[in-house]
Amino acid sequence: MSVAVAKHGEVKHNYLNAGDTVLSWLLTTDHKRIAVLYLVSVTLFFAVGGLLALLIRLELLTPQGDLMTSENYNRVFTMHGVVMIFLFLIPAIPAVLGNFLVPLMVGARDLAFPRLNLASWYVYMAGGLIATWAMVNGGVDTGWTFYPPYSSSYSTSQVTLTIIGAFLIGFSSIFTGINFIVTIHKMRAPGLTWFRLPLFIWAHYATSVIIVLGTPVVAITLLLVAVERVFRLGIFDPALGGDPILFQHLFWFYSHPAVYIMILPAMGVISEVVACFSRKRVFGYHFVAFSSVAIAVIGFLVWGHHMFTTGQSVYAGMVFSLLSFLVAVPSAVKVFNWTATMYKGHIEFRAPMLYVMGFLGLFVIGGLTGLFLASLATDIHLQDTYFVVAHFHYIMVGGTIFGYLAGLHFWWPKMTGRMYPEGIAKLAALIIFAGFNLTFLPQFVLGYLGMPRRYHWYPEEWQMLHVMSSAGAALLGIGYILPVFYLLWSLRNGALAGPNPWGATGLEWKTDSPPITHNFEETPIVTEEPYAYENHHQQEEVASGTGASTAEA
Amino acid sequence: MTNGHDTHSHIVPIKVYLLVYVALLVLLVATVGAAYLPGHHTLLNNVIALTIAVIKAVLVILYFMHVRYSTRLTWLWASAGFFWLLIMFILTLGDYFTRHWVPVLGWE
Repeated sequence: MSVAVAKHGEVKHNYLNAGDTVLSWLLTTDHKRIAVLYLVSVTLFFAVGGLLALLIRLELLTPQGDLMTSENYNRVFTMHGVVMIFLFLIPAIPAVLGNFLVPLMVGARDLAFPRLNLASWYVYMAGGLIATWAMVNGGVDTGWTFYPPYSSSYSTSQVTLTIIGAFLIGFSSIFTGINFIVTIHKMRAPGLTWFRLPLFIWAHYATSVIIVLGTPVVAITLLLVAVERVFRLGIFDPALGGDPILFQHLFWFYSHPAVYIMILPAMGVISEVVACFSRKRVFGYHFVAFSSVAIAVIGFLVWGHHMFTTGQSVYAGMVFSLLSFLVAVPSAVKVFNWTATMYKGHIEFRAPMLYVMGFLGLFVIGGLTGLFLASLATDIHLQDTYFVVAHFHYIMVGGTIFGYLAGLHFWWPKMTGRMYPEGIAKLAALIIFAGFNLTFLPQFVLGYLGMPRRYHWYPEEWQMLHVMSSAGAALLGIGYILPVFYLLWSLRNGALAGPNPWGATGLEWKTDSPPITHNFEETPIVTEEPYAYENHHQQEEVASGTGASTAEA
Repeated sequence: MTNGHDTHSHIVPIKVYLLVYVALLVLLVATVGAAYLPGHHTLLNNVIALTIAVIKAVLVILYFMHVRYSTRLTWLWASAGFFWLLIMFILTLGDYFTRHWVPVLGWE
């Protein structure tokens, strides 16, 4: 692990060398250490989810179900969904980057409730281990959506145990959401007004609103499925007097906004990186900030577009369709504003910026294909096909994972004090981009042609598209493995980063890399607008000869 | 804007907690009693039970969760919870109430 060394040879204290016992990590209340705990945990779960994805793609290489039985295939794609959504995509950016950066960005010593923060990791791990226990004891075969009455009355898999795991993980994210909201309201540094906050903070605030208001609903809904399953109490199963569509309303009331829990923090990352590597203010700062809030609010009004073909009223469908189109507006505002930020900027094609540019293209494709699905007529044809699978992977992988990798690379020097190797990082970004598109573009075509999701037998004429998709998945796998190696390598061998290797603005760059336990030697005082890159550029020119790397904000 | 913790806290007399607790018990008895009302008016029973439940929830939120003595920001967040609940009810019931506007073959 990196230890910054001062010029006279004395080891500088930072959060990484503040204690080296296992207990010092397991009992820490330092938000930065908890972020590292989350980083290790979500990476492990991502590896599990990724291996399950490779199994799916291996099975789909041939039109016959020859690698596994249909029952096992159901279990594999269900567990891929459960692990990726609940254990990776939802916590990844808030719990790793958010935990590390929110206090630093607002100039605070820690989050408002440090012990609640540690508790959130333990609750997450408990939920994750219970879900893993369910996996190794037969798994679950309902799809990650747990639709009753199959889940509550017919499935013989580990539904109850998995639900208990998901329930706990939900509370872990509620703890994190509460912590962010209180910290952003109450612990901002002097001078750090709402409109001086980095857009990463606005995005995390909006995300926290969704987490706190939405997660309890899905937690209770899943618990009701377990209650119906265990006690045969009729809630969702028509045979017991229940209503299965009610489950879908309650489930999607959270689970559609959950998409924004995954994508909003990524959007926060994009705003930071695009401004830094374009050397410009974010175009239309206020619009980008408020569009996060708008997404959080409108995102709660669109869930019925998941139910156009399940017996929901046509009139409700029309309202949900209209509202779904509406939520595209703030997302488009962001994309246009990031593009305008790059316009006439001094763009540096560093690895995080490559991920950002990948994000922009992929998120636009994901967003626009979402409008196909939000239209009542086209959705009848596309519902439950591979078109849907491709669409949401463009949002979740092309959006969230690209944002996560952009952020991880951008703040890696801050987290570890070491630079990652730029060349191979750029190569990995390009491999991931190519692998991703090869995997999921053919799936749009497959879905349009009628290939249903969640099936492993298919007509032979679709094999070529499936082979392309599986080849892309292999490439994507290589792309994901590369950062694991070079980031670990950089911990010992990377060049020392210094406090601000990118010449970025923002309070997190005004302290050491890695930061000291309490983040700042003195409480910072904020006197300027965010992203004042132009001002700093002018100052650099005036003080010519000092070099760009010393242009610390 | 602050950079520290708000140390202000209101100390609630134990008598208030006891009174709220007794009120909750009385309301609990009322809920059970209402279920035994003669005539089996399902709708009326539901209305009574839900009204009592709302009163109990408000008491818990105001006193046990200290919202009554908290800042306006806390009030805002507590209200947001109910507002979002309202969104959930309105859009969900929007489906149920309009489902039969268009007759579907075989569903009559």
